[in-house]
Amino acid sequence: MTVTQTEFRTALLDGAQPTPEGLRNADGRAAGRRFDVYRNNVAVSLTEALETGFPVIRKLLGEENFKGITGIYLRQSPPESPVMMYYGASFPDFLRGFEPLKHIGYLGDVAALEMALRRSYHAADAEAAGGDVLARVPPEQLEQVRLQFAPSVEVLSSPWPIHDIWRFNMVDGADKPRAEAQDVLVTRPEFDPELHLMPTGGGAFVTALMAGAPLGQAAAQATTIAPDFDLGGCLALLLTGHAITTATT
Amino acid sequence: MFDETSRFPDLPNAPGVGYKPQHFQNIMDDAGVVGWLEIHAENYMGAGGRPLAQLRHLAERFPVSVHGVGLSIGGEGALDAEHLKRLKHLVDWLNPTVFSEHLAWSSHENAFLNDLLPLPYTNDTLTRVADHIDQLQEVIGRQMMLENPSSYLAFAESTWAEPDFLREVARRTGCGLLLDVNNVFVSATNLTYDPRDYIAAYPLDLVGEIHLGGHDEDTDDHGAPLLIDSHGKPVVDPVWALLDHTLALSGPRPILIEWDNDVPDWPELESEAARAAAALAKVPA
Amino acid sequence: MSDRMKAVTMASAVAAALMMQTSAAEAAKKEKCFGVAKAGQNGCAAGPGTTCAGTSTVDYQGNAWALVDEGTCLEIALPDMADGTPREPALEAMDRDLPS
Repeated sequence: MTVTQTEFRTALLDGAQPTPEGLRNADGRAAGRRFDVYRNNVAVSLTEALETGFPVIRKLLGEENFKGITGIYLRQSPPESPVMMYYGASFPDFLRGFEPLKHIGYLGDVAALEMALRRSYHAADAEAAGGDVLARVPPEQLEQVRLQFAPSVEVLSSPWPIHDIWRFNMVDGADKPRAEAQDVLVTRPEFDPELHLMPTGGGAFVTALMAGAPLGQAAAQATTIAPDFDLGGCLALLLTGHAITTATT
Repeated sequence: MFDETSRFPDLPNAPGVGYKPQHFQNIMDDAGVVGWLEIHAENYMGAGGRPLAQLRHLAERFPVSVHGVGLSIGGEGALDAEHLKRLKHLVDWLNPTVFSEHLAWSSHENAFLNDLLPLPYTNDTLTRVADHIDQLQEVIGRQMMLENPSSYLAFAESTWAEPDFLREVARRTGCGLLLDVNNVFVSATNLTYDPRDYIAAYPLDLVGEIHLGGHDEDTDDHGAPLLIDSHGKPVVDPVWALLDHTLALSGPRPILIEWDNDVPDWPELESEAARAAAALAKVPA
Repeated sequence: MSDRMKAVTMASAVAAALMMQTSAAEAAKKEKCFGVAKAGQNGCAAGPGTTCAGTSTVDYQGNAWALVDEGTCLEIALPDMADGTPREPALEAMDRDLPS
């Protein structure tokens, strides 16, 4: 009486399925609770992985809701690789499409931010350009400068105040979220990712730069979104956050 | 990163601990009786950042054992080629003192189930496990050690006793063995045999490392004891006694304390390691 | 905006950035921290790790679940209406002028 790994796995992820025949207690009787140990190990370890990976979503939804939702997600989307630090990459899209949570529109974008912080934490190390990297460019060539970014840099634009929502849940005494769209920048000056609120248009600006647009063009794009786009403030954020590795003309 | 030959060619016959990032500073300041460290391979497969920076520093000071928890050596399908590459990359970069993995499966059809799942001990399983170990040892260019699992149930189809199965895998592949004494105790209780019979049948000469950890106690549907290998508590006295029994037969070995859930502050972990040091001190070299 | 003016704008923005980042860099000067994240920093960013241990927590059903009122999402709301009626606990998506 063989038990295939397909049978084992199917019963593992579905508590309503019977324990595969061929699994035994020491006395030869069918394994009931003993098989449930494996069911628990899988469900609990993956739930805990998602709790660790999405602390803000967990706080937003509360313990019980989070456990219920991750119980559904982990069965639908178990990890595809044993490298658990990246588990949950599809969780933001799962939340966006999950009918019972449709009324909390920001969940997907907040989960995407948590995932971005994680990617940043584990991204490759990079030598940041000196703070004077732009000062060394002749003024008439600044528009043509292209910037290369450290792999730990992440940028997100959301119609929701994702920066405020993140802080409200993670920083003691942080203010309640303002009702506004927010662009955020994640930098990792050393080992700890830092979250920054960017001036309006900043998301489009950094996204364009990361896609290889020259500085002048990226700034022009930001200006179409925010006529008074704070270019100086955005550049300061990038330089302070050790986000830029090289500038080429 | 390091020289061709590992900075530390052998694990010392001393206590080691499963490394947790929250203990980094304690270990660098004063590791006490702890003479070596074990890491889970999969936690060091990111591209950079603090985990790899910490590991680089630790590996300059301590022998490091890399313990894989995700290769699924007992899987019915082929080994994950991407994961083999990641393991090779880590082993090449770190040049650890030893590498070990589990007699278990954890991946099936592109899903990684994040648990060490049990195998029937049949000739088919033996052939598959041996082939996978051959493949891994080929890829990483070194011998690995295979660890005995914690069992909660048995397969009706099994035809091999676990120690004999492990001995045969080692004979076919040339791999070493990692003996988890707590796993022996947990499996022996769950499957109602004498753990000393298991130790007597185990090829102790092939054992390059011993694991110890805490377990939880539960009961099955019929009220029989059901022990769970939870690594969330101190090692219990009967397991320390089984360690003494094992060491008296095997001679001194590197002994690892595994504490993975509800991880305590460093002093409590170090005091478990001190107990392992005391057990080693009783064994003639 | 002429090219010349754009170059001037760029140069002044860069100059402003340099001033801002010098002061920020001074304020944020910190030692290299190989250990865990310092208090107040984002210590959760490491994400989940591996496990080679089981659990005695019983929780595998995962099918009987309904949304309950809990969590900080209940505290996040647009300003209350003039009569004091609380709005939905969710924020309405804000319109954003995207370049067409």
